[in-house]
Amino acid sequence: MLHFSRLKINLILGLCLLGFLFAMPNLLDEDVADQLPDWLPHKQISLGLDLQGGSHLLLEVGVETVVRERLNALVDETRVALRGARIGYSGLGADATRVSVTLRNPGADLEQARDLLRAIDRNLLVADDSGAITLTLSEAALSEMRDSTVTQSLEIVRRRIDETGTREPTIQRQGKERILVQLPGIDDPDRIKKILGQTAKLTFRLVDLNTSVADAVAGRMPAGSELLEDAEDRDASGRPIQYVVRKRIMVSGENLIDAQPTFQDNQPVVAFSFDPVGARKFGDVTTKNIGRPFAIVLDNKVISAPVIRGAITGGRGIISGNFTVSGATDLALLLRAGALPAPLTILEERSVGPDLGADSVRAGKIAAVLGLTLVLVFMGICYGLFGLAANIALLMNVVLLAAALSALQATLTLPGIAGIVLTIGMAVDANVLVFERIREEIAGGRTPFSSVDAGYRRALTTIIDSNVTTFIAAILLFGLGSGPVKGFGVTLAIGILTSLFTSVMLTRLIIVTWLRRTRPQTLPI
Amino acid sequence: MKPLRLVPRNTTFRFVSLRRMFYVISIAALIVSAGLFFTRGLNLGIDFLGGIMIEAKTNGPADLGAMRAELGGLGLGEVTLQEFGAPDDVLIRVARQPGGEKEQQVAVARVKQALAAMGRGDISYRRVEFVGPKVSAELVEAGITAVIAAVFLMLLYIWFRFEWQFSIGAVIALIHDVGLTMGMFALTQFEFNLASIAAILTIVGYSINDTVVVYDRVRENLRKYKTMPLDELANLSLNETLSRTTMTSLTTMLALLALYFFGGEVIEGFVFAMMFGVVVGTYSSIFIAVALLLEMKPTRRAKPDTDADATKAD
Repeated sequence: MLHFSRLKINLILGLCLLGFLFAMPNLLDEDVADQLPDWLPHKQISLGLDLQGGSHLLLEVGVETVVRERLNALVDETRVALRGARIGYSGLGADATRVSVTLRNPGADLEQARDLLRAIDRNLLVADDSGAITLTLSEAALSEMRDSTVTQSLEIVRRRIDETGTREPTIQRQGKERILVQLPGIDDPDRIKKILGQTAKLTFRLVDLNTSVADAVAGRMPAGSELLEDAEDRDASGRPIQYVVRKRIMVSGENLIDAQPTFQDNQPVVAFSFDPVGARKFGDVTTKNIGRPFAIVLDNKVISAPVIRGAITGGRGIISGNFTVSGATDLALLLRAGALPAPLTILEERSVGPDLGADSVRAGKIAAVLGLTLVLVFMGICYGLFGLAANIALLMNVVLLAAALSALQATLTLPGIAGIVLTIGMAVDANVLVFERIREEIAGGRTPFSSVDAGYRRALTTIIDSNVTTFIAAILLFGLGSGPVKGFGVTLAIGILTSLFTSVMLTRLIIVTWLRRTRPQTLPI
Repeated sequence: MKPLRLVPRNTTFRFVSLRRMFYVISIAALIVSAGLFFTRGLNLGIDFLGGIMIEAKTNGPADLGAMRAELGGLGLGEVTLQEFGAPDDVLIRVARQPGGEKEQQVAVARVKQALAAMGRGDISYRRVEFVGPKVSAELVEAGITAVIAAVFLMLLYIWFRFEWQFSIGAVIALIHDVGLTMGMFALTQFEFNLASIAAILTIVGYSINDTVVVYDRVRENLRKYKTMPLDELANLSLNETLSRTTMTSLTTMLALLALYFFGGEVIEGFVFAMMFGVVVGTYSSIFIAVALLLEMKPTRRAKPDTDADATKAD
């Protein structure tokens, strides 16, 4: 164990040098580190949200709403198909997973009805039981629908957050139906939460003038219309004002290409413009309906219902409502970013203010330096010159740990700092094992050289066994939960690897070099 | 300077001869832990219960009484306030609201509104955490799974590297350590959260590490002294490794003490649990793990040489 080939020595020293290079940017200011030449590593350790302050939001995409919408659409399509073929039916409706309908005259119509329904969508499973037909979306279609809903939502969330000007947000899919949003530097995410809390489905529709609100409330509602509430305005008794609005959509938010907040008569409004298709549709409808009101509907609430004064063919328009400046700004943002395919629910929120983060960094630094100093002093007292070798290795271990964290861009969290300090305390274990073994070998009457040799050799299996077990625990920590605790697992795992290297290879190299130079008669241990 | 020896060179403590006594102590401690666990229970944090936790900094010392009255009047169920490290730092906990995720969000907004309306305009939020019912249920599952997986993997690894007697002994020692740590949480009513699970996993890693070192020596001595009575051999192994066990426990403890006193309020409970674990883990490695081997009488026949890689160090 005492022989080191040239190659091995160079490898050990080279690795240490690399450690210094990769750890160095952390000593510089961020701006200075960014300006380092390209051939030098310039990545710094990235701090977790609990250290730099920021918000962590875990969102769930309500994919079941999309499924329900699809089923409702299927109900409509079924109605159209059966009516078109003059097939009598009853009990048409949808539950959570399928559409069912019963034919009045299955004997005559079954074949035709089945073919018609199958033609609606080839992913549909059509089953019948003596005239009762059920339409089920296939598992493949469902999972495809879920997947695309989440992918789209992810994109919209990203666009909306980018539009708010948040610096370096992390937005990633987590699991099947979840989105993890991390916003460094934002400690009060109320605005973001509000922006993500709306699906922002915008539609322009005509107001149904043939049906009065009173009729509609009383249940006399034509099939093509629905009752919607005003987003803001209340009547005298404090209830929202209601409108009867056509279900048919003139133009939807999908045709918008831009939306900007602006002012009209000193009132904040949102100016928008349509793409060519939207502009043409909007032009047609407004030309035909001059003098009638239309409703601008956002998430099933009427924002405003202006009367069409003239044909609007330029594809530009203005949405006025009772907006505040920030309300208009946010609405414009939502319209630019597009509608979410499904509503989002916030499952978990963890926000840390910048001063708590800074306090934690400061506390962590003090604790780490103090812990390190205590261990260094203690090792020096207990093992003398050998302790010094172990201490050099321990310091190198901290450098390597910082280097690995920077190079891998692993996130350092407060528990992660605790992991580093704990690693400092435990890293000397391997050296303690070796040194105690050397003491035993000396007591057994061996020469200095052979004691050191036997000490390293015999301690090695123990060192490996004990480190593997701790490593297993660290890996499990990594898999547990998110954020801070994960960071603890990361530093613990990396710390075990770096400390194995420094305490087994580096101290041995130092001690062997010293032995060869001085050839001592007794060992100062 | 002459190096210091914490433990004199040739100690001859008769650890395992007193094992009955340590069994009694450990079993009694475990019974007390279980009793505390089932009667007082753990002070579960929002990670596992769901709910809201807000750390707020007020301008000047916080008037806890007034804040408690104000927030208590919101009808949000149980609201607890406590000073957190400094007089102007308040930790507010609001129990999980009935209903789903949306109701929790509403409650966060209402607490913030109420605090702002109290006229203390200069309130700043150091931390706002909210865990919904779905996530908390998953975290409970993840936590339990992780601890069980850790213990099970340790069992497998020790079994693979040693004989089955060793793995049983090590795992009993582990369960002992985890059990006592849970008892400590029940006794002190420190908040039990995700970080506590991390602490327990660390304890599992540390404790098994300690046990492995002693077991390694037992195995080595079993091959070296083929006729030495088992209890004598166990005592010898423990005495030989005693110096290392104390050294490592002390360096680890020094690092943890630095963290405990200077690492900040946020991780205080986490660090305390690890300190407790180091003490318990060291105790169980010395007094319980090896003694258990005597009860199971590991096989003494030397393994054939082909399997000697583990002992090649000799």
